[in-house]
Amino acid sequence: MTAQAAHDPSMSSYYVTDAFYRALVEQFSDWQRDELAIADPAERDRFRMLIEREARLLDQLAFDEWLAMYAPECIYWVPASPEAGDPRREVAISFDDRRRMEDRIFRLRTGYAWSQAPKSRTVRMVSNVEVFAAAGEGVRMVRSNFLISEFRPDGVRFLSGFNGHRFVADRGRWLIAVRQVNLIDCDQNLRNPSIVI
Amino acid sequence: MLDKINVTPARNASNRYDWDELVQEDRVHRLIYTDPAIFEAEMTQIFGAVWVYVGHESQIARNDDFITTRLGLRPIILLRDSQGVIRALFNRCTHRGTTLCRKDKGSARTFTCPYHGWSYLNSGKLRAVPWPDGYACDFKDAKYNVAQVPRVESYRGFIFGTLNLDAPPLLDYLGGIAKPIDEWLDRQPKGRIAVCEANRLKFKGNWKLAYDNSGDGYHVVFSHRSLLEMENRQADVANKGMSYYKSSPDTSPMYMAYMGNGHHFKDKRPAIEKRAGGLWAVEGPAPGTEHYQEELRRRYGGKADDILDLASSEPVNINVFPNFSLLGNHIQVFEPVSVDETNVTWYGTAVVDEDGALGGAVDTINTLRMRTMEQFPNFGEVDDLANFEEIQRGLACLEDEWIYMHRGLGIPDRVKTDANGVIMAPATDEAFMREYIKEWKRLMKAKPNIAVKREP
Repeated sequence: MTAQAAHDPSMSSYYVTDAFYRALVEQFSDWQRDELAIADPAERDRFRMLIEREARLLDQLAFDEWLAMYAPECIYWVPASPEAGDPRREVAISFDDRRRMEDRIFRLRTGYAWSQAPKSRTVRMVSNVEVFAAAGEGVRMVRSNFLISEFRPDGVRFLSGFNGHRFVADRGRWLIAVRQVNLIDCDQNLRNPSIVI
Repeated sequence: MLDKINVTPARNASNRYDWDELVQEDRVHRLIYTDPAIFEAEMTQIFGAVWVYVGHESQIARNDDFITTRLGLRPIILLRDSQGVIRALFNRCTHRGTTLCRKDKGSARTFTCPYHGWSYLNSGKLRAVPWPDGYACDFKDAKYNVAQVPRVESYRGFIFGTLNLDAPPLLDYLGGIAKPIDEWLDRQPKGRIAVCEANRLKFKGNWKLAYDNSGDGYHVVFSHRSLLEMENRQADVANKGMSYYKSSPDTSPMYMAYMGNGHHFKDKRPAIEKRAGGLWAVEGPAPGTEHYQEELRRRYGGKADDILDLASSEPVNINVFPNFSLLGNHIQVFEPVSVDETNVTWYGTAVVDEDGALGGAVDTINTLRMRTMEQFPNFGEVDDLANFEEIQRGLACLEDEWIYMHRGLGIPDRVKTDANGVIMAPATDEAFMREYIKEWKRLMKAKPNIAVKREP
């Protein structure tokens, strides 16, 4: 039993430990390897559908359903450099654990998040979904490209990049343990990055 | 060698306006935020004429290290040359004007222009020109060496540059603001920090909107209401983060001190219990908070509170005119892009502990510090920037000309000047805005002695 198991990860943060960071950096260092790619169409379809669903829920601002797609001990990680960097030594654009993901949603719902007043309207395209095997039977790494069209009152802009999803099997479902959002302009000055990307 | 500057476009704008009409005691005219000609003049009168922050020594730690940055709009290569001299080279080939370096950072003894292959030592000296037989000139003439900022000085790792030969030494320019900078550094082991990655943001608005806000204690509970509600959503007692603003901040022990030369200091430390762990006690929740707090307490016992304070946001805003702020654990840099666009970059800083004063806790505390530093740019700054953009939009009302900054003005005994000339006011007053904009006005009228330097 992990230390966190005794605690509600929405209320306190016990799982973000040195060991957790070490594993995270390792898991996201060398995973897009041809020899690990899974060609089975059914398997690829399964994860493509999950990623499409996540994109839709975010477009619909259906945040409770979105959060439910994540494992209790999860990370939403938007690195600030193209090589992603080591989050122990660098700030990220965002590096949220479960509680901070819920903080993020809480803030957006206060009615006082001026950067989202009015709320952005978004549509997300996801494509180029590739599924990779990873150490451990119940784990998959999935790479997909995204293009977010974001409308705010002064126009439409585009955010693009690729997502690295780490899925874990949990009682017959696949939950998102980590999503690493790699914006192509992550190391540039960004205007109003206040949506969940 | 110093170049005489032949054409200064800014002079034209400087003469075009009645600056005393635009900047009055209690208000300023919208044009100072909206007029492209004023912006162009500022690039010389302000960003050429005073000491401007260009980078931190830890970003160019070894000889031959460089970063690319800007001085106003001028692209700059900030580097430590092969002899260890810190220089700010114009990122511009003397031949045809091409930028010499297109990387954000790296290490290089020479820079070779991609266009025609002219190459330069990192001292700025011309090294070689392809097929020199085709030239009648003497390439030993200093005018072919890369132009560089004539004065570059550091204060405790923070590097500033100016083109103004008549500017006072950096330390004199900093004046009273050097003390809060010292205190900000000296809470770290050996008074040192290292710059790490950044939260890089921008907004569609004039750069002064960010500087106006830098010491503003009036906006906090309004502009940051969502953040305050967020970080206290689980607290038994709602005292996390900037909660000390909530009850009558006008009479709080926090204060604002205007230090001259456009610099000001908002000190919120008096609102926090002064004890080991006092800062940590009000730090909002971050990833790893509970785990690391317990681990450090287990490992370090009573010393853990001091260590945890290093992962906590230092409650100060130290603002050095025109583009540099220390706040929390961030170095915030304002970078004008155009009259209505500004980059606001929040560089993270890490604790450095080569002597082991923290007993091996440095990596742990930096890990936690990265997460606490991400909070404000994610959940606070974005709302400020949205409000700055909406100011810029509101200023499109041509006929509604004035912007007020008169909070605290004219109230007896409220704004005080001490024996050193430091102007003290409640943290919620706009006294610092009035004072810095007076300095801005003085600079816009001035005749700075602008030059660039070249290696002999």
